[in-house]
Amino acid sequence: MARPRETSLLARQRARAAWVFMLPTLVGMALVAGWPLARTVGFAFTDARLTDLSAARFVGLGSFVSVLEDPDWWTAVGTTVRFAFVSVLLESVLGMGIALVLHRRFAGRGLVRAAVLVPWAVPTVVSAKMWAWMFHDVYGVINAVLMWLGLLAEPLAWTAEPSLAFWAVVMVDVWKATPFMALLLLAALQLLPEDVYEAARLDGAGPVRSFFRITLPLVKGPLMVAALFRLLDALRVFDVFYVLTGGGSETQPMAGYARQWMFEFQELGVGSAAATLLVLLIALLTAVYLVLGRVRLDVGES
Amino acid sequence: MRRVAFAGLVGLVLLYTLFPFYWAIASSLTTGSALFAPRPWPAHPAWSNYTQVFAQQPFARNILNSVLVASGVVGLSLVLGVTAAHALGRVAFRGRRTLLLALLGVSMFPQVAVLSGMFELVRGLGLYNSLPALVLSSLVLTLPFTVWLLTTFMRELPVELEEAAVVDGATPWVVLTRVFLPLLGPALVTTGLLAFIAAWNEFLFALTFTLTDAKRTVPVAIALLSGGSAYELPWGLIMAASVIVTVPLVLLVLVLQRRIVAGLTAGALKG
Amino acid sequence: MSKVLMGRMLAVMALVPTVAGAARLNLACGSVGQEQELCRQGAEAWARQTGNEVSLVSVPTDAGQQLTMFQQLLAAGGRDIDVFRIDVVWPGIVGPFFIDLRPYFPESDRAAFFPALMRNNTVDGRLVAIPWFMDAGLLYYRKDLLEKYHQRPPETWQALAGTAKVVLEGERRAGQARLTGFVFQGKAYEGLTCNALEWVDSFGGGTFVDAQGQVTLDNPRAVEAVSFIASLMGNVVPRGVLSYEEEGARGVFQSGNAVFMRNWPYAWALANSAESPVRGKVGVMALPRGGPDGRSVGTLGGWQLGVSRFSAQPELAVQLVKYLTSAEEQKRRALVASFNPTRVALYRDPDILRANPFMGSLEETFASAVARPTVTGAKYNQVSADIRNAVHATLSGRGAAQESLQKAHQKLVRLSRGGRW
Repeated sequence: MARPRETSLLARQRARAAWVFMLPTLVGMALVAGWPLARTVGFAFTDARLTDLSAARFVGLGSFVSVLEDPDWWTAVGTTVRFAFVSVLLESVLGMGIALVLHRRFAGRGLVRAAVLVPWAVPTVVSAKMWAWMFHDVYGVINAVLMWLGLLAEPLAWTAEPSLAFWAVVMVDVWKATPFMALLLLAALQLLPEDVYEAARLDGAGPVRSFFRITLPLVKGPLMVAALFRLLDALRVFDVFYVLTGGGSETQPMAGYARQWMFEFQELGVGSAAATLLVLLIALLTAVYLVLGRVRLDVGES
Repeated sequence: MRRVAFAGLVGLVLLYTLFPFYWAIASSLTTGSALFAPRPWPAHPAWSNYTQVFAQQPFARNILNSVLVASGVVGLSLVLGVTAAHALGRVAFRGRRTLLLALLGVSMFPQVAVLSGMFELVRGLGLYNSLPALVLSSLVLTLPFTVWLLTTFMRELPVELEEAAVVDGATPWVVLTRVFLPLLGPALVTTGLLAFIAAWNEFLFALTFTLTDAKRTVPVAIALLSGGSAYELPWGLIMAASVIVTVPLVLLVLVLQRRIVAGLTAGALKG
Repeated sequence: MSKVLMGRMLAVMALVPTVAGAARLNLACGSVGQEQELCRQGAEAWARQTGNEVSLVSVPTDAGQQLTMFQQLLAAGGRDIDVFRIDVVWPGIVGPFFIDLRPYFPESDRAAFFPALMRNNTVDGRLVAIPWFMDAGLLYYRKDLLEKYHQRPPETWQALAGTAKVVLEGERRAGQARLTGFVFQGKAYEGLTCNALEWVDSFGGGTFVDAQGQVTLDNPRAVEAVSFIASLMGNVVPRGVLSYEEEGARGVFQSGNAVFMRNWPYAWALANSAESPVRGKVGVMALPRGGPDGRSVGTLGGWQLGVSRFSAQPELAVQLVKYLTSAEEQKRRALVASFNPTRVALYRDPDILRANPFMGSLEETFASAVARPTVTGAKYNQVSADIRNAVHATLSGRGAAQESLQKAHQKLVRLSRGGRW
């Protein structure tokens, strides 16, 4: 669509029109993203309290120091990073499994595909509540079934014990986000050429072998991108933890830590410092991921 | 043998994805102490949880709030998104790549990063504890991916159409509204749907920027649902409320699943 | 010019035009069901009597969000609310924005209320709120099970553990696999701070922060108390308590699955309601002592009424507070909905005792109830979070009581800025 240079006047006119078209969005983004982000970073260097923002004084790196000195912050960092990697790994593996199942033609495939999509569309709060009820230690169906099967001698406190609660949260997140992975991978699978598999079959390669030799390398690109999206999503997690575990410091993600300081303790400065650190961490992990995974984000200079 | 195994596999997938919904429905039809003795299906199914959630709570009001906020967000995002996408998708201008990267960056940073700044903004504009505050803040979530997605769709439209119109002396605005917009119908539905779901499910801003029950959206109402006294935690009501907000989404997904998948893959694979 | 000063001037200026004619007051009381209804009736009765108008302000259901709303409103000098209903731990936080009520309530009036509450509501020598209704932690037990195994209601925590073990052993042999010994509020939220205060102070370990503002959290008695409860986890106490709030505990107890429960008085009416499986089998008493030389401690809870210093009609607002906290109105609330009065004498009122037989036994508990540290002022939420997180870590088996309390102690000391808060 980029036309040759001879129409440079036209091109310049079009460029000017393009900026006019961009203007409302640019203003909107500056208002709802740029400005608030800048203010958050600004607050991070003050001792602002929620009740009286105008009384905030500049305190340099003081708020950052108090976050970094807080063992609860480091627990939150550990919880979040572990959560992000474990859940994205599980979602990738399960998503790949479901995608392979859905890639086969069978009666009712459309319905199954729709069913798989449903958890993704449900609000996180709702899914967390539904699972919280199933995980309930006394009345929950999960304990009831496990005890009925004889797998458990006595009920487990799924959402109460920090070690179990972590896995409970992972389970809910996996349930909710796997469809996203599965459908992206399915779309990628459906773009793969049939003839490669044909050739592999003639060479006597079994299904397992052809999966690792052909399918996986071919869908690696989309998989890495999808995993990156999920990873970023998981690093800023808030609502599943909030609803399922209710804010104890042992099972609190970084976003929850920041919000607690801002609005529960009313220390907007400290909370903002934590939020700023979270942004930095996400940026850092993304950069590492892009370099190590050799993922290229093609920004459509097609 | 292999077909049985495959059917079993499909069954397992379905059990995993659908059982929580089944259980929510079963629990929502159970009342009183029966809730505390799990059984596959309530012995005496009753609708009372559904009537109570509307009688005891301003739940109808909460649903209306959610619909208003989500519609506002979708409308604004689409209007802004289409114009921006027209520029980004159809014109090669300097700074375009930077803009696209910036949008991608915004869609990736955590909500909590704008929370305190947004709080100040919302209070400064006098919007605290009001629905416009939620529309404004949710734009952070929807606008970047709306622009991104529409840009991808916009790029796929044939060049010839545009050239013919330009030769006829049409301005860019006319090209957008007369030539492209009619063709973008399906793309707008897809994008709007994704934006709607994102706004409908938003929790952190809604939790932080509203205070009173009458201003809450559905996710916050469900998270903070309480019973007749301050301490009671009514699981039956919570499940009923959950089912109520899930049903429309399930229908949307069933009817429009192809569009959703198209949107998701366009957003991620080509991104 | 400081905000406070400005507020005071506004209040003074506004006083002039209210001399004649009907005035309108805004009252923020409970926003949930029956409580709101009771509040409305009381306010309307006063309005009719005095020829004024009262409107109820809609406030968030969640107490934490209510506090946020009030703080924001008051910090901005907002005049939208004249009379506030505040939680027992808020006087230190919002007190500076409330008027001193001592001039309006002479010594004789003040003496009618439970002294612990009056002390709690006095900040820097100023009485910032009048107690409206109250709560304290209680021990509920299964009379039938204790009788069956010839056990007496436990006087100490140690006896509670022993009794629970006897009952559990017997009942489990009889096939009652789901029965547990003791449930309480163990989730990491405000309720756990209340429970921990009861354990620690009953062992003689103090109240986390003393009246002078010095942190006392880490001491041998406190460690002993928390360690003792932690030692019950998994045998007498189900591990599920780590996620229980009030209702989680009540659900287990009321369905007949626990021998003992710590809860607020509200659970009594529900445990004896028509469809309750344990109806008529429940006893209630003061919480156990921490060993033979310990004492019985219930954490003080409840709600107070205070008048904003930005109110345009403070005199009138005080009248409304006087009416709502009067003996007649409190009696009405106790009769209609079992709200516990804050006036000592009402616990001997025959009408009230006839309607709520258990209230007679509450007087002593309420009289000896212990308040959470309010000297911490606006930092109370942080203090409470650090304490409950430390206790929760110990109960869930992550670190001994000694280490957890020591760590939290150090955090609190830093937070307290040497006791100045």
